[in-house]
This record gives sequence, structure tokens and C-alpha cells, in this order.
Amino acid sequence: MASRLVEEYFRKETLPNIWCPGCSNGIVTMAIVRAIDNLKIGKDKVVVVSGIGCSSRASGYLDFNTLHTTHGRAIAFATGVKFANPELTVIVITGDGDNAAIGGNHFIHAARRNIDITVVMYNNHIYGMTGGQASPTIPRYDKATTAPYGSIDRDFDICKLAIGAGATYVARGTAYHVQQLVKLIEKGISHKGFSFIKAMSICPTYYGRRNKKGSPADMLKWLKDNSIDINKAAKMKPEELEGKIIIGEFVNIEAPEYTEEYQKMVERLKVSVK
Amino acid sequence: MQGNEAVVEGAIRAGMRFYAGYPITPSTEIAELCAEKLPFVGGKFIQMEDEIASMAAIIGASLAGLKAMTATSGPGFSLMQENIGFAAMAEVPCVVVDVQRMGPSTGMPTSPAQGDVMQSRWGTHGDHSIIVLSPSSVKEAYYVTIQAFNLSEKYRTPVVILMDEVIGHLRETVNLDEYGDIEIIERKIPEDIENYLPYKDIENGVAPLIPFGKGVRYHVTGLVHNEKGLPTNDTKIAERLIKRLVDKIEKNKEDIVMYKEKGEKEGDILFISFGSTSRAVEAAEEELKKEGFKVGIFRPITIWPFPDTRLRKIYPKFRKIFVVEMNRGQLYYEVDRVVKREGEVENINKANGEFFTPCEIVEKVKERIKNGF
Ligand SMILES: Cc1ncc(C[n+]2csc(CCOP(=O)(O)OP(=O)(O)O)c2C)c(N)n1
Ligand code: SF4
Ligand SMILES: [Mg+2]
Repeated sequence: MASRLVEEYFRKETLPNIWCPGCSNGIVTMAIVRAIDNLKIGKDKVVVVSGIGCSSRASGYLDFNTLHTTHGRAIAFATGVKFANPELTVIVITGDGDNAAIGGNHFIHAARRNIDITVVMYNNHIYGMTGGQASPTIPRYDKATTAPYGSIDRDFDICKLAIGAGATYVARGTAYHVQQLVKLIEKGISHKGFSFIKAMSICPTYYGRRNKKGSPADMLKWLKDNSIDINKAAKMKPEELEGKIIIGEFVNIEAPEYTEEYQKMVERLKVSVK
Repeated sequence: MQGNEAVVEGAIRAGMRFYAGYPITPSTEIAELCAEKLPFVGGKFIQMEDEIASMAAIIGASLAGLKAMTATSGPGFSLMQENIGFAAMAEVPCVVVDVQRMGPSTGMPTSPAQGDVMQSRWGTHGDHSIIVLSPSSVKEAYYVTIQAFNLSEKYRTPVVILMDEVIGHLRETVNLDEYGDIEIIERKIPEDIENYLPYKDIENGVAPLIPFGKGVRYHVTGLVHNEKGLPTNDTKIAERLIKRLVDKIEKNKEDIVMYKEKGEKEGDILFISFGSTSRAVEAAEEELKKEGFKVGIFRPITIWPFPDTRLRKIYPKFRKIFVVEMNRGQLYYEVDRVVKREGEVENINKANGEFFTPCEIVEKVKERIKNGF
């Protein structure tokens, strides 16, 4: 299965990838590929747009129409692609620094417009590409090169931000729970409107090492042991959920989508001019 | 018609079907008119959250197959710079209008200036070339906008239209029929898409651009890339790429440059100015002529690449060269580079948010030559 997918969806000449051994970027990228494959949308109408970071390098390996942009701006580029040609399936690959820090404003506004784009954020708590600095999603008191004594920032839940900004599909999965992650991405892509999937990832090289999280396998096991399904979590007390990762679908609602609304406006204008 | 309106009319005529922007004086009318008109011509208008996003969106739209434009002024132009560099590196055609206002920073938002001459050339980091056009009338704004789209498609490059507040808000009558059969350059889709290489050095140093979704899948990146668009650290490929990006503009300069000349072909004074300033210069020329001076005017419409070949031909026939601009001296440096006569280039500047009057130009010229040429 995996080898067929590599054969079909990856640009062989670009492999091997630049990622460190044990990095989960490959797992999450494969989950996206599986989701696209399951949906049978073909390769020609898929556009993958990414920002800058280890995770964002994924676009170059994939045999779609791919656009590797500037740091934080992938969603703004993707908005141009989607609005110009709404027939295209537009998927954004981004990191936690890319999307939650420098690109935060574009994220908010794309969610607000409910433009039909699917954003997959590889969340490894740090800036991998630049060597392990703290990102806005670093857990409080965890260490990074720019937070050598532990981060004093409060925890930041970007899924809540997405919901608040108006995203109509919001989910969280992990690099350990691959089957579920594939399903969440699949549903995000099928969903009409702005979809956001936060993929909890691991960076053994920087975040793992600095915070003594053990081997890549230990880190994946940590994801397994500390994740709680949203349905189960609903029956648990807040104290029990302290420090846990809630996974599953948070929001899946219908709302007017931006490119369709524009088209409707154009049709209305045609009538009113006649 | 207003200058800003002429830009919109010209853009639509040239085939612009995507506009993304963020409001800023004195460019806002361009966004407003695009919002009003584009839905009726099958085009798309989107108000983005900022100028960084606007620039990003037009690049995305261009890759998806639409001719795209944004418009702004100084502060927004500063924000666009990183993505302008992306468009230059990834060779994505697009048009950026900068209706200059007085700066730096917020400066005087409603006052004219020409302070972005160097920024339009070197605003984004790294070695690159870019095309910058500056109209000096409403009619020319229409014409220049069409050429901006043509050049951006032909050379797969961002093109900047460097306007200023005076031209942006000026009202003049324009007869658009005059441009009835003007050529519009469309994107060609090559027949052999099997072996398509988006970054191959073909015609004029550029390959045709096939939009996303047409069955040819390729990679677009701001990283140094090979002919397929895939990233590489190969220094030879890097060298070749940067050279090609610069050469495709510099080596085709004679096709790209536009300029106008007026007055004497030889004589005492050669004025060099562009945009709205050249109108005050033309009035000053009339005045000086009456007083017996022999005066010529050289007005680049293409500022970058600078029409140096032409200037080299004409300047030796004049005794003194005056570069007149609404800044502290920017195009002056380029003219000084071209003119190989020590101390012969003088600048006449104004950077207080006020438009030049012909009188003050005349006075300044006379003062500088009072002890002879
Ligand atoms: C404008 C700009 N600022 C800073 C950088 C340097 N930079 C490159 S990647 C990166 C952070 C990436 O972090 P994240 O998005 O979390 O991706 P990861 O590498 O962790 O997958 C930064 C700051 C840049 N390329 N551009
Ligand atoms: S630095 Fe971290 S995120 Fe980047 S490739 Fe290595 S393990 Fe992955
Ligand atoms: Mg990260």
C-alpha cells in the first residue's frame, strides 16, 4: 500500500527527503496522501500550498500542483489559487510557527471567510527548520533554544482560535493515530468551507532532545498515552484532562462558502442589470 | 477620468481578472473600482487582511491562470516586498501599482512624492531585476497599465507601476478609442506539455507558464530551483538561475524601455524627470525657452531598467543636465551613473509633500547657472 502510494504520489527524484530520522513529518504527509487517494480526486486538480519550515518542505516531494511560498503566507497564496479557480482542491501544509505565529492573521481571515481550503498544521511545538526555537504552541514550562529556562507563555489552543474565527471544520489528530488522522483529513477535504486539522507531531531532534522526551518511539508512545478521544473526554472532569490531548472532530458545520457566495453575487448582478 | 480609474480601465482591457488589495490613500480608488467592475467582466475581487496577503493572493491567482493586480502606497508597498521577491524568483506574472505618497513611514498620506524610486528597484532582498513603469498623464496611465500586463506576461515577472498622488487623482479626458487595436499579450500554452519544464531558458530567457490544474504538475518555490522548479543547493544551478533572472530583463532592455523626448536635441539644458514632475518641467521648459535657453527633456516611462543606452546618446549634446524629482535625489544616482562627465548632473528636489511649480524649477536652474555653465 505505502509503496504504491509513494510510486503514485511522490516525486521520486526528490527523495530521500530532508527530514531527520524519527521525524513524524513523513507520517503526516503520508496521511494527507492517503486521504487524497481514498477520495479519488486525482492529482491534476489538487494544489498543495505550503509555507516555510521543515513541515512545509513536504510540498516539494508531492506530485501535485505544488506551491512552496513564503514564511506564514501559504493560506494567503492558497486563497488566491482557490478564488481564481474554485474547481481546484486546495490543501495547505503548514507548521505551528508558520501558521500560529507569523501567519496567524491569514489563518484567522481565511477561517472568517470560510473559503474552501483545507489546512493541515504539523504541530511539533517548535521551529524545527531554524533549530528548535519556541513556537506559540509550546506547552508552558517546556524548553526550547529561545526558552532555555522553560517557556513562560500560556498554553495556546489554536483549534479554539479556528473555531472562534469561523472555521467550519476543526479537528485534531496525532502522528500516532494514523488511521484517524487520515479520516480527519479526508473529511476536511470533502467538507465545503474552511477546514483545519491540527496534526500533533514529534520533533525528536530539537523538542524531544531538549525536553528529554526519549526516542522517537517514546515520543509517539507519549502521544498514544496522552491522547483522549473527544467523546470520551466529554465524560471526564477538567482535572482529569489536564495536560491531555483531545483528539477528534470539534466542529463540522455548514455555512456559506466564500467562492460560492461571490459567484452567487455575480449571478444576482446579472439579473439586476437585465 | 481619474488616473487611478485609468489604471483600472487599462488593467481590465489588458485582461486583468483578479484583484486583491488593502485600502490605502492615495490608491484606494483602484480597489474600489475593481470591486465595482470585476464582477461584470467575469473577474474576481477580494479585499485581503493586509498587503502581504494581497501580494500573496495575486501570485496564487496568477498561477491559477488569471491576470492579477494589486495596488497600494508606500506603507503597503513596504509590506509587499518579500512576496514581490517571491514573484521575481518563481517568475509569476503580476502587476503591482504603487501610488506614491510622501514618506517615510506614514508621512503625509494625501501628499504627493516620488520617494519610492529606489524601493521599487531594490525593495526586496537579493539580486534580481524588475520592470518599473511611471506614467505622467491619465492617458498614459491607461497605456502603461496595458503594457505592464504585457511585459509581465512576456517576461514572467512582477511589474510595478510607479504612480504618484498627482497622477492618481488627476482628472483628464481620455479617448480610449485611440488604443482600439493595441496588442494584448496572452499566456501561450505550449503544444508539447509532456516535456514541460517551467523554468527552462527558452524564449527571451523564459518558458511559458502553464496554469495549475491543466494537467501539468510542477513545483513552484522561492528556493533556488532547477528547470523543473525543484529545490537544489547546486551552486552552478544557482548561478545560472540568478543570471537568467537578471538577464531576461537587462538583455531585453531595448524591448522593455519606453521614454519620451521633447524640445531641443542639443543645447544648454537637458531636463530628466518622470511621472507628474515632468509636467512642471514641461512648463519650466517653455519659460526658459522664452528667455533664450535651448532646452530638451528626456522623460523615462520605464524607470527600471533605466533607458541608459538612449540617454548616453543624447546627453553629450547638452551643457548641463538637471534631474528633477519629488524626493531628495534617487533617479539622480542612476543618471549620474550613466553620464560620464564629472559634476555635470545637478538635482532639483522637493520632498515636503508639495508639488513642484514651474517657477521654482526655473529659478533653481537659473541660480545654478548664474556663474555660467
Ligand atoms: C520572514 C521569515 N522569517 C523567518 C524565517 C526563518 N524561518 C524559517 S522556518 C521558520 C520556523 C518554522 O517553524 P514551523 O512553522 O513550526 O515549521 P517546522 O520547521 O517546525 O516544521 C523560521 C522562523 C523565514 N524563512 N522567513
Ligand atoms: S528538525 Fe525536527 S521537525 Fe525538522 S526534520 Fe528534524 S525532527 Fe523533523
Ligand atoms: Mg514547528
